[in-house]
Amino acid sequence: MSNKEDLALMAHLMRRAGFGANREELEALVAKGYDAVVDELVDPPADRHGGKAELLLRYHPGVLLPGGNPVMGQANWLYNMVSTDKPLEEKIALFWHHVFATGNSKLDNCDQMLTQIEMFRELGMGNYQDLILELSRNPAMIYWLDNNENHRDAVNENWGRELLELFTMGVSNYTEVDVREASRAFTGWTITPKLPRQPYGRYPWRFEYREEDHDFEEKTFLGQTGNFNGEDIIDIVVKEPATARFICRHLYNFFVADEPQVPAWTIEPARDEEALDAMCNVFEESNYEIREVLRFMFKSEWFKEARFSKIKSPAEVVASTMKMVGAYEFPDPGLAKICREPGYMGQDILDPPSVEGWHTGSEWINSGSLLARINFVADNVNKTSLPGMQTIISHMKTEGINTPQDLLNSCLDHMGFLELSSETREQLSAHAGAGGNMDWSDESAASARIAEMMALIGATTEFQFA
Amino acid sequence: MTSTKKDPVIVVLQLTGGNDYMNTVIPYNDPLYYENRPNVGYKMEDIIKVDDTLGFMPSMGPIKEMYDQGKVAVIHGIGYPDSPRSHFRSMDIWHTCEPDKVGTEGWAGRVARELDPNKENVLTAINFGHGLPRALAVPGVPVAAISDLGTYGLLTGISDQDQRAKALDLFSRMYSPTVGGSFVTDYLRSTGTEAMIGADIVKVAPERYSSNVEYPSSAIAQHLRDIAQVYMADLGTRVFYTQHASFDTHAGEYAAHPALWKDISEGVSAFFEDLKEHNTGENVIMYLFSEFGRRVRDNGSGTDHGAAGVAFAIGDAIKGGMYGEYPSREAKDLEQGDLVPNYDFRGAYTTIVEDWFGLDSNPIVNGNFEKMSYLK
Repeated sequence: MSNKEDLALMAHLMRRAGFGANREELEALVAKGYDAVVDELVDPPADRHGGKAELLLRYHPGVLLPGGNPVMGQANWLYNMVSTDKPLEEKIALFWHHVFATGNSKLDNCDQMLTQIEMFRELGMGNYQDLILELSRNPAMIYWLDNNENHRDAVNENWGRELLELFTMGVSNYTEVDVREASRAFTGWTITPKLPRQPYGRYPWRFEYREEDHDFEEKTFLGQTGNFNGEDIIDIVVKEPATARFICRHLYNFFVADEPQVPAWTIEPARDEEALDAMCNVFEESNYEIREVLRFMFKSEWFKEARFSKIKSPAEVVASTMKMVGAYEFPDPGLAKICREPGYMGQDILDPPSVEGWHTGSEWINSGSLLARINFVADNVNKTSLPGMQTIISHMKTEGINTPQDLLNSCLDHMGFLELSSETREQLSAHAGAGGNMDWSDESAASARIAEMMALIGATTEFQFA
Repeated sequence: MTSTKKDPVIVVLQLTGGNDYMNTVIPYNDPLYYENRPNVGYKMEDIIKVDDTLGFMPSMGPIKEMYDQGKVAVIHGIGYPDSPRSHFRSMDIWHTCEPDKVGTEGWAGRVARELDPNKENVLTAINFGHGLPRALAVPGVPVAAISDLGTYGLLTGISDQDQRAKALDLFSRMYSPTVGGSFVTDYLRSTGTEAMIGADIVKVAPERYSSNVEYPSSAIAQHLRDIAQVYMADLGTRVFYTQHASFDTHAGEYAAHPALWKDISEGVSAFFEDLKEHNTGENVIMYLFSEFGRRVRDNGSGTDHGAAGVAFAIGDAIKGGMYGEYPSREAKDLEQGDLVPNYDFRGAYTTIVEDWFGLDSNPIVNGNFEKMSYLK
């Protein structure tokens, strides 16, 4: 058996680079070695599968109806988060969904959203320039930011502006003229026309470059002048130092520790300027390979030390809880209901509130969302017949968990080697102590007691952190 | 029936995404309107005429009825100088009253803090919807966030009442304040405590409520119905906040914008109808705003981010009418193609803060700004 510190570190890595892992998985990963695990996460071997799509389709054909059903679209993605064998691929897709926030509220064509997420899975750890170029050709993004309405003779600057403000450099690094010129360079980058829903129904969109609608005149962008097309704008903007900093700060905020909200980034220094500089160096020296930044980041001491320094996003709360209790590893009819849970906690996946995405960190928490998080975990660990819960219970039985302290500690370990403040530990210990030693002769009572302890741990402030 | 003077209450309704001012309150006699809006403009005959120069867009019929009863103030040209034309930034500015730096405290949260400085009521301010808008975020000020009044509560899955009571008791102890915690942990603890207390109090609201008013099924109408229930349960809530989205009509505005205003008009009308049926509401005003207006000239199928916008104040206590000046549509007067704001949004807040709530406005809106006399 691996030592506890190795397991706790691996649990940390898998929470951040995925959606958590159970004890059996952690043991196997520790045996492989930390650095080897990181290498496999950023470069998954070819035999690894993503979400078990064929199983999902067999039981929920609705997830891929043309045009999609928004709820089933969320179910589709959530199922992938829980069942994938390439967790970082799924996590990086969620990361880019935070940054390149596109919403079905406007698209009303949910499988275009799923197509975009699929693109994030494929390119999300690859070269940043390739990714941003593909993003500018992505039909969901084009429609979301109206580039299909960006014409040679009628410039629509929505995409041009957000490309600079939210997807590359960040605000205050460019002028209004740059926005205008970038927008002109993307004229003619459109999708096959969106037909009215009636009577045709929804149908898939395709990227289309219309030369006759492109502005071929000269443009001056960030001090350079030429007959720029969209590719040229991207080529210029990815090389800006501001872009490296902006993207790496997003990566740090998402994977390492909570930063202030994005609008404050021009004013407030980073939480760890040294770490951010180092990430920027890797980003630039690797010629903008996201994979290399991730590899470097996960292997850094400051990452390993950053345990429980981020508030879990609602998607993380839901997916990791499902993984822990072993719910919906097999597509289950309840999936359509459970996939709405992140929304109740303030994160409607595939439907961010705006192009700025979600405010993260402590802004995930308000009295309503905190209630939803606590209630969700409690309701799920109560389902002691689920396979994940069964495994946890039988593991404790085999280990001979007996005293209330053993019970508390074992539950904490099964919930990601959670660390408690002394005040919280004292309260939970007292509560556990009042129940006396474990009585394994009544297995259902023992299970209920474990479930209750896990529900109460799920209700702590500490459990809100990843 | 009540005749005693009740504490003033505000309902803030945020039109998220940048509501198109020129297609909401329309200068229908101005040829420049039709010239600039060849694709998403309304026809003269479809506009609901309000006076000789201005009209409401066609789905604002229910608002026009309230306007005719003298209950709607239209505040023109509202905004602030140098609009960043970014949703994120602009909404932040409206929320924090800090155009020049990133503010951390929301104006409505500050109002709640002043109204209840000793935090005697965790329900002084409530957001209806998921998440918390920055307007309500002030460290240390409890704000409840209720997405659905019907299912609000903590550890509601524990069916055994005795066991649940013990769990809630443990919870309250685990979330009691500590010394030397981090900001985030302190915030979590106070939020958890407030959530538990608030959920306990607010559950009476649906029980006490009955009404003949039928609200439409739109999300905003349902939120307004929840607000009416909590308001009428007399739980001491003074600041209600909710929002409707998305007004970001870069494209397809001709279809999307009327649908949004239909939701708003019908929901707001049902809300005030409900209060009227219960002979209450004289102490309630509603304030509607958006983070910016939109560009004067349409882009072919929608309008891009602009500057000056329009706000509305609605209620029995409102002195209805048009306030301020509609900014000039002349090309020479536009800035980057946008209407130039001529009235600072912090002035409209000042009116509310001082004349409605009787509070000192300067520390809430970060300065002294010209009020608008839209309150009776």
